[in-house]
Amino acid sequence: MSDQAQAGSRYDVADRAARSWGERLTSWESILALLLVAVFVVNGLLSPYFLDLFNLSDATFNFSEKALVALPMALLVLVREIDLSVAATIALASLAMGLCAEAGAGTPVLILVGLCVGLVCGTANGLLVTAVGLPSIVVTIGTMSLFRGIAQVVLGDQAVTKYPSGLGAIGQGYLVDMPPVPLSFALFLAAAAVAAVVLHRTALGRQLYAIGNNPVAARFSGVPVDRIRFGLFAVTGLVSGLAAVLLTGRIGSTRPNIAMGWELEIVTMVVLGGVSIAGGAGTVGGVVLAVFVLGFATFGLSLVNVPGIVINILLGVLLVAAIAVPVVAGRLMGRAPTRD
Amino acid sequence: MLASTAKPAPEAPALVVRGLSKRFGGVQALDGVDLTLCAGETMALIGENGAGKSTLVKILTGIHAADAGTVSVFGRPFAARSPRDAWAAGITAIHQETVMFDELSVAENVFMGHMPLTPRGLVDWGTMRAATAELLDRLDADVEPDTPLKRLGVAQKHLVEIARALSHDARIVIMDEPTAALSAREIDDLFRIVGQLKAEGRAVVFISHKFDEIFRVADRWTCLRDGRHVGEGAIADVTEADLVRLMVGRSIDQVFPKQDVPIGDVVLEVEGLSNATEFADVSFSLRRGEILGLYGLVGAGRSEAMQALFGLTRPTRGSVRIDGAAVTIRSPADAVAAGMAYVPEDRQVQGAVLPMGIRENLTLAGIAAGPLARFLSRDRELATTRRFGGRLAVKAATWDQRLRELSGGNQQKVVIAKWLAMEPRILILDEPTKGIDVGSKAAVHAFMSELAAQGLAIVLVSSELPEVLGMSDTVLVMHEGRIVKRLPRAQATPEAVVTAATGGGHA
Repeated sequence: MSDQAQAGSRYDVADRAARSWGERLTSWESILALLLVAVFVVNGLLSPYFLDLFNLSDATFNFSEKALVALPMALLVLVREIDLSVAATIALASLAMGLCAEAGAGTPVLILVGLCVGLVCGTANGLLVTAVGLPSIVVTIGTMSLFRGIAQVVLGDQAVTKYPSGLGAIGQGYLVDMPPVPLSFALFLAAAAVAAVVLHRTALGRQLYAIGNNPVAARFSGVPVDRIRFGLFAVTGLVSGLAAVLLTGRIGSTRPNIAMGWELEIVTMVVLGGVSIAGGAGTVGGVVLAVFVLGFATFGLSLVNVPGIVINILLGVLLVAAIAVPVVAGRLMGRAPTRD
Repeated sequence: MLASTAKPAPEAPALVVRGLSKRFGGVQALDGVDLTLCAGETMALIGENGAGKSTLVKILTGIHAADAGTVSVFGRPFAARSPRDAWAAGITAIHQETVMFDELSVAENVFMGHMPLTPRGLVDWGTMRAATAELLDRLDADVEPDTPLKRLGVAQKHLVEIARALSHDARIVIMDEPTAALSAREIDDLFRIVGQLKAEGRAVVFISHKFDEIFRVADRWTCLRDGRHVGEGAIADVTEADLVRLMVGRSIDQVFPKQDVPIGDVVLEVEGLSNATEFADVSFSLRRGEILGLYGLVGAGRSEAMQALFGLTRPTRGSVRIDGAAVTIRSPADAVAAGMAYVPEDRQVQGAVLPMGIRENLTLAGIAAGPLARFLSRDRELATTRRFGGRLAVKAATWDQRLRELSGGNQQKVVIAKWLAMEPRILILDEPTKGIDVGSKAAVHAFMSELAAQGLAIVLVSSELPEVLGMSDTVLVMHEGRIVKRLPRAQATPEAVVTAATGGGHA
């Protein structure tokens, strides 16, 4: 039998599936986009100050650092891993910067120190997960306590506040003054663009999906599963270091409880963004939308003087509802939810 | 019928199976099987891998439901919908790989699912321990009820499983290759226990590939082939050769076409490949255009050796040469770079990424072989997918269709196409037609033949005798981790291959 005889393909196979408008509209990203519109409309009605360009741009300061870390975290969750030590990594990196600042280091050195400490923390996590073969949730709960513990022991109840003004310019500065675009927000947008291209357009991105959907088959297909996982942990550490630089510069101090509890806020962004906690599904666009929904909802509620604790309750309800509604609706309509 | 003439039956036979059929997708696993088993006798159930033995056991133990046919146990109709129903009817199976709870104690394992309770509804530990000790005592087992199961050896775990069977007062005990992991002395112990069970009037179904054991322990035999009942009788009336012929008997040449093609130069040489436990001293060479069949029973170490060759696991020893030059293979990526491709045995777990589309699966090996930071081109991917998917006649609605939605045969075609797209020089196919429908099977076979004609060197790992004999230019037989026989096509008779695979033929 010749090649051609077989290729006279007995079956007609279409190149791609036709995607109906109904499917597009019920995709997770569409739901998030609607949610974001709702957040803007409701907050705009609640407070006349919400839809102010300067207020909105100010609001991004409060979530851009977390949002930056949410991007590599999304890739980790996509390959069935997680890093719960990110907030502690930020604390440790900020501590190292503080010690160097007290020793008289300038802004460029401080930035380098922050990034390096983050990278070292991420590398340690990556080695424990891939070389030693421990589950990442256990490893990073451990290193979370370890990194945070070091920061707390060294600082005690003290705080480092002697930072050079150059660092403040990075944490509080604007890339463009009009329209006002904070540097941290610009970094987040740039990082999101890079993450989107990597995940959705490159060979690495495809391999991330393959690992997340079936790590065994990926390995059997020649995908360097452990090398990729290790790399993701290292990048997550590095980006946490960057977040530490921005945060330390913005608030101008390092306290033992800096970035406390951020790991869960970051994971919340990822999960609300539609990245399956079981791995293998999710988009960068979804995570970016979730960042905006969470960030602007929080900002709008605080504008109308809702206490922080109540905001937490509302966001918790939002998260559970956002995840439960499509599942329940899908079951009612007799089909699987679109988000897996 | 034979049963009723063999003994004057004082009561209904322990087990009567009539016309049992079961279909899995495109595969007819059982096709009108009959079986009769009397109390106090041991029946050897024999057949090749895939003949339907395991399916029959799973129906009798309530794991699968039959499509058609009847089963009666001691004269009562039986239709188990769960393992619990099977226990209640008095049927218990002891499996090849013991399925138990390693972290729990022996007593908890024995009584899992039916623990004795105190009047207040709590576990009655005293009664449970005492009952376990009594059961173990009956088996002469030197095991304490409180010992955690994980501290026991394989043989002792088997004893615990038998104790579990007895705790259900099982009147029919099915043993599925119970001796696979046992030493000679432990096998003697097991056979003594089988004798004891028989003496107590229980019926035993004994599944084994080892003829010496069958002749030692069984009273009667039933043979299955391709899901059909092909014979039964008393063990005393048959020889090993008779049984082998019945197990394999069929005209093989018509089913599997391997074209005669010129065999070229040696491409792959494997020398002394070994690891700690699963295979030892595996050596062979493979030529262009040759299909090398690797036959053996389940657990003979074939897949393990091939996975080490492909860089998925580290062998402790051994060397590999390709085109005469030594190569070091530490990862699948190294193997791919050396021109090798491996279609794994477990399609659903190792081969296919089920939630992803055909295009994404088919191009995965190629994508993994290139640099990470490369941009993908949908058009190029589609071209590859159309070419290789079309070549294997993959049947689907669109190339984006998820593999989960395809039939087993089409999934396998996609997995094979993934590797062909790499244009390998050495193709290792591990059970390439396991569990796929007859049509896809024929397509895969025809395709293998075509690839060999184009000069590809192929290793075919298969437990299916007709496939190995029909497709291979040379047959290697593995037994307990070693290659025990090398047979050119002309000498590879079913009898010779099965005898070598079951560890016979040394005498």
